[in-house]
Amino acid sequence: MKIPLKLRVNGDEHELVAPVQKTLLEVLREELDLTGTKHGCELGECGACAVLVDGQPVLSCLTLPVELQDSEITTVEGLLDGARPHPLQDAFAELGAAQCGYCTPGFLVTAKALLDQDPEPSRERIVDALSGNICRCTGYVKIFEAVELAAARMRGEGRRLGPREEIPA
Amino acid sequence: MIVVDAAGTSDFSIIGRSVPKPDGLPKTTGQARYADDLKLPRMAFCRLLRSTRPHARIRSIHTADAEAMPGVHAVITGRDLPVIYGVLPVGQDEQALCSDKVRFVGDAVAAVAAVDEDTAERALDLIRVEYEDLPSYMSIEDSLSKPGEPVHVGKYGNSHRAAALQFGDVDAALEASDHVFEDTYFFQGNTHLPLEQHACLAQWDPAGKLTLWTSTQSPHYVHKELAKALELREDQVRVIAPPVGGGFGGKLELFQHEAAAAKLAMMTGRPIKAALTREEVFYCHRGRHPVLMWVKTGWSKDGRITAMDFKSYVDGGAYMSYGAASLYYTGALQTVCDRIPAYRWQGVRVLTNKPPCGPKRGHGTPQPRFALECHFDAVAERLGIPVLELRRRNFVKPFSKTINHLRITSCGLEECVEIVTREAGFVQKHGKLPFGKGIGFAVGAYLCGAGLPLYWNDMPHSSVDLRLDRSGLVSVSCGQIDIGQGSDAMLMSVVAEALGARREQVRLISADTDTTPIDLGSYSSRVTFMAGNAAIEAARRLREVLLVAASEELDVPVEEFLLADGRLRRRDGTGVELSFAELVKLAETRNGALVASGSYKPPKLAGPYKGSGVGPSPAYSFTASIVEVDVDPETGWVTVERVWIAHDVGRAINPVLVEGQVEGSVYMALGEALMEEQVFRRGLHKVPSMLEYKSPTTLETPEMRTFLVETVDPEGPFGAKEVGQGPLLPVIPAVANAVYDAIGVRIHETPITPDKVLKALAARAEGKPARYGPTSLPEYTFPRLLVVEQPAEWASQEAHAS
Amino acid sequence: MMRLPPFTYLAPRTLTEAAEMLAEHGAGAMVVAGGTDLFPNMKRRQQEPAVVIGLRALRELRPIGEAPDGSVRVGATATLQEAAADSVLRERYPALATAAGLVSTPHLRHMGTIGGNICLDTRCNYYDQNYHWRKSIDFCMKKDGQICWVAPGSPRCWAVSSSDTAPVTVALKARFRLLSADGERIVDAADYFRDDGIEYLTRRPNEILAEVILPADGVANTYWKLRRRGSFDFPILGVAAALRREDGVVRDVRIALGAVGSSPVLASDAAARLEGQRPEPDLIDEVAGLAWKGARPLDNTDLNYAWRKRMARVFVRRALRELVGLPPVEPPVELPMADAG
Repeated sequence: MKIPLKLRVNGDEHELVAPVQKTLLEVLREELDLTGTKHGCELGECGACAVLVDGQPVLSCLTLPVELQDSEITTVEGLLDGARPHPLQDAFAELGAAQCGYCTPGFLVTAKALLDQDPEPSRERIVDALSGNICRCTGYVKIFEAVELAAARMRGEGRRLGPREEIPA
Repeated sequence: MIVVDAAGTSDFSIIGRSVPKPDGLPKTTGQARYADDLKLPRMAFCRLLRSTRPHARIRSIHTADAEAMPGVHAVITGRDLPVIYGVLPVGQDEQALCSDKVRFVGDAVAAVAAVDEDTAERALDLIRVEYEDLPSYMSIEDSLSKPGEPVHVGKYGNSHRAAALQFGDVDAALEASDHVFEDTYFFQGNTHLPLEQHACLAQWDPAGKLTLWTSTQSPHYVHKELAKALELREDQVRVIAPPVGGGFGGKLELFQHEAAAAKLAMMTGRPIKAALTREEVFYCHRGRHPVLMWVKTGWSKDGRITAMDFKSYVDGGAYMSYGAASLYYTGALQTVCDRIPAYRWQGVRVLTNKPPCGPKRGHGTPQPRFALECHFDAVAERLGIPVLELRRRNFVKPFSKTINHLRITSCGLEECVEIVTREAGFVQKHGKLPFGKGIGFAVGAYLCGAGLPLYWNDMPHSSVDLRLDRSGLVSVSCGQIDIGQGSDAMLMSVVAEALGARREQVRLISADTDTTPIDLGSYSSRVTFMAGNAAIEAARRLREVLLVAASEELDVPVEEFLLADGRLRRRDGTGVELSFAELVKLAETRNGALVASGSYKPPKLAGPYKGSGVGPSPAYSFTASIVEVDVDPETGWVTVERVWIAHDVGRAINPVLVEGQVEGSVYMALGEALMEEQVFRRGLHKVPSMLEYKSPTTLETPEMRTFLVETVDPEGPFGAKEVGQGPLLPVIPAVANAVYDAIGVRIHETPITPDKVLKALAARAEGKPARYGPTSLPEYTFPRLLVVEQPAEWASQEAHAS
Repeated sequence: MMRLPPFTYLAPRTLTEAAEMLAEHGAGAMVVAGGTDLFPNMKRRQQEPAVVIGLRALRELRPIGEAPDGSVRVGATATLQEAAADSVLRERYPALATAAGLVSTPHLRHMGTIGGNICLDTRCNYYDQNYHWRKSIDFCMKKDGQICWVAPGSPRCWAVSSSDTAPVTVALKARFRLLSADGERIVDAADYFRDDGIEYLTRRPNEILAEVILPADGVANTYWKLRRRGSFDFPILGVAAALRREDGVVRDVRIALGAVGSSPVLASDAAARLEGQRPEPDLIDEVAGLAWKGARPLDNTDLNYAWRKRMARVFVRRALRELVGLPPVEPPVELPMADAG
């Protein structure tokens, strides 16, 4: 059953026709060429495919586009402000919070939803918010620190990358 | 935090500075394109039909129905890919699509190319395979004792590789010891679980050239194996590794889907994509070998090791993969932390009907390290000597040789131990925390690249080409592949420092067997050491050209120049100052094209015996770790609360990335210590999913304190050593030792699950040995011992030590 | 990539319309709300509905609120996140808010619903596998096969009720409003679940779970969950307990265990032993000892099953201690030890 779809992704309107069983993950990657969204299991068990739907982090592998036609979808590509990376994107890059980088888009959109809600989250809150994303490279520590660094910068307390001690812990 | 800085970093402009990875922003903005993100016109999709039987002869395969299905481009079987290959010269035992037998559930027997994945998947269901079941071997005991046709028919049957080495008179030394202790351990198998599922895209150029983009840690080995499997000349094959979404050792050789996709591309003339499901990734495996171990040590009254006798029974799965090396690694590095004057190791790798095991972070060494560090902890208690004291009496010394002929250079073991024990307050806490709380200690050592290549040759292990553009751009080309560990960033920093350019001026081209010079791959913790040294050699050659040109042009002696961070100045601060681009223009005008190459080959370090190829490395990293746990004695639940870890990295080229490698190793170690296990039931992988193969989440992350120790290795690039694997080693036994400190039971088997803890507590309450773990060894006769002379330096070294 | 099989998607505008669609398409149709249970199952070809009826847009199923009679109504498509954060639930039914907040991950709690979690398909690690894996073992009786692999001699399926919220609804004496084209009916939670891995609900194929009705009686209640990791994992044991304290004794004791059988298991004997008694620690120990007898874990979920059964006793004790104001976990006491060397 192919159906017409109208999707709003990262502010761009897309009209396309696709089989109804194609998940948002497949439509983003295969129809819209938004390959920034990754996949590690396609069963809701890893968090790699997370995107934002109306600001909430959801898993695109278990979401049908037909149900999202009135929603605003944001992927990792949509975190940029024009050519300027989001502070989270900068902080993850600077601290090595993206090692292989494959889980990173899922972490980034999830962290963005958190910071949009709570500009000064505690470490505990960060740990909890990111508990649906698996990372096999970093041991999560640099990820927590990158979220804290980005949050600090977004509050205007940012510092450039320097020795470890200068980064808010 | 860098805590020991033997040489000082003031002379460097880039080395020692935390700088972002060049692949950082591409990865955080979604621009980096991984293998499965690639797309070509007319692309078709490949799916593999995999065995449903653990061990069976293939009677027939019927593909006609699948071939006739609309949307199917081609169906292939082993007839189309008959060549037997393998990553090791001694391990030629794999076929891209099995013809005669299948050897584990998941072994591929046919492949389909179709218009889309759904069609290919439906076509698989139309292929009929007739099997004749054979006895299956699902454990070490099965493999050694169950009658029937072995997994591979050959001279040695299921015990396909075995070795027995002796250094010094072990029996006499044990006999003369004041104390002798022995223990048995089992390290369960586990897998890499990279977030990115293996994927590749193959394209055939009808002029006779194949290109494969694939998620691999070694374009070079895939290149060699693929050419063989496809019966092409190596120059016809080009392998490109796009960014790799995690490897940990699991993407280091040719996989069945890669050969199948390539063959289908050649047959259909279409680009073929093969992207695996998570279940299939579990079948690719090549992960941690399950190893059953026995160790016996002799001790003098004052707590010095007199001898060690060690046996490893290694469960290899269905194929060799890197297994011959893995086997030897379970015996090679026992001698690298503690001075062992007499050492015997006997090991056997057996075949079973499970996905093949291979190299995972630490390759064959985490298992014996677990056994040894737990054993030493127990010995200290039995001898009544505080464990730190006991260990310090036995640590190896810098610039020494081990009894099995391994050359140790820089060694920061003492410093690492000093830092973590001080920071953790180990002495104040060990044995003194309330019941249920515990603290454990362990150390480890690892290679900075294997001293020998996989296939015998005397060529470089890594090469780097540099080209200077008149814009000031430094173009670096190297076959190495960044799998997330930061090797791209490392090369940029090393080249910029050695050349005197700004880091921003360096661009990198890597991981393409057509356009970049050889690098063997991202394994064995070799890239920083080997590609780093190759880069320094190339950069110094060009630097000299630049300085000589400037010297002649400006009539200033070379020694009076200072070239660093993109500026050429005179040391005395007088005269003109040139930018790097101006300097390049000047030199290019005088010399023509500015290109140079460098390469690296480790010194010949192997000892004079068969099997000595595994273990030698140009340098070793050292790590010490302390773990604090909470154990609930009612449930057996173990919570790791804090980890302190100090790692001797030689020199931290880019500290923030070095810390990231240490922390990632701690994470993976904790997963292996507490929950990760690759287990089988009824011939099948029990839990081939991200949900049920338990990988720790953010919520399982303890407090981590990371310390970097710099010992400045004389042969490392700017003194650097490895960091990607070594820090994993001590953490697993440190957890086990902490559990003992908490509740008085020893868990001799990973993972340390709560049911095992309760069983050990129950044993303790009943007056039985307060442990959980294996109690017997299988019947097996090891080959005749190869008795090796001690190294020439040994006697004088011993005299000096005592 | 794991992909969904083809199906027809229907988007009803009202609940009535949804019920009519379900009636029209019969057994080949399934309703979906969050999709976090059905879609993975469909990708693994464990469930293959020809028609999928999406309830996501039905706002009428979403609200959580107090009714005039003092009961609390939770719409079936209220998300788990909404339930976990709801102030009324947190205050009056913390067991339900806690259970909802412990399901899987933050992402899946934004997607998954209370109704979906209550109706969660039973789970078994012989069943929750890809098509290829299940084919390798010649399938199981829950889908496409004949045998129950975890108990091969058994005539029934032993897949495990793995819902966090189901045992809570049983312990809280919740009732469910079910709607079909024929009308609606109200059932007690305890009667909604069946101890069979395949037919694990008494819901008729044409019925939609519309609402959870939580009674007005003010019982203290709690939920304890056992699983390997702090997120992602389904319970391998859930303990929901409720009771009222009155003049030093406890009344209306209800203890329901999750993930120890194909339905939530009500520990009636244990509850009866405690009923009307002073909740002394020793009595609670004894009650916990009775409660775990109903637990029949098998080797079809995570971790060792004998250990899981033992944990039922520990977790019941801890849950009850919490409810009567004792510290749930006592400081560990070193066990007597014979010197074992």
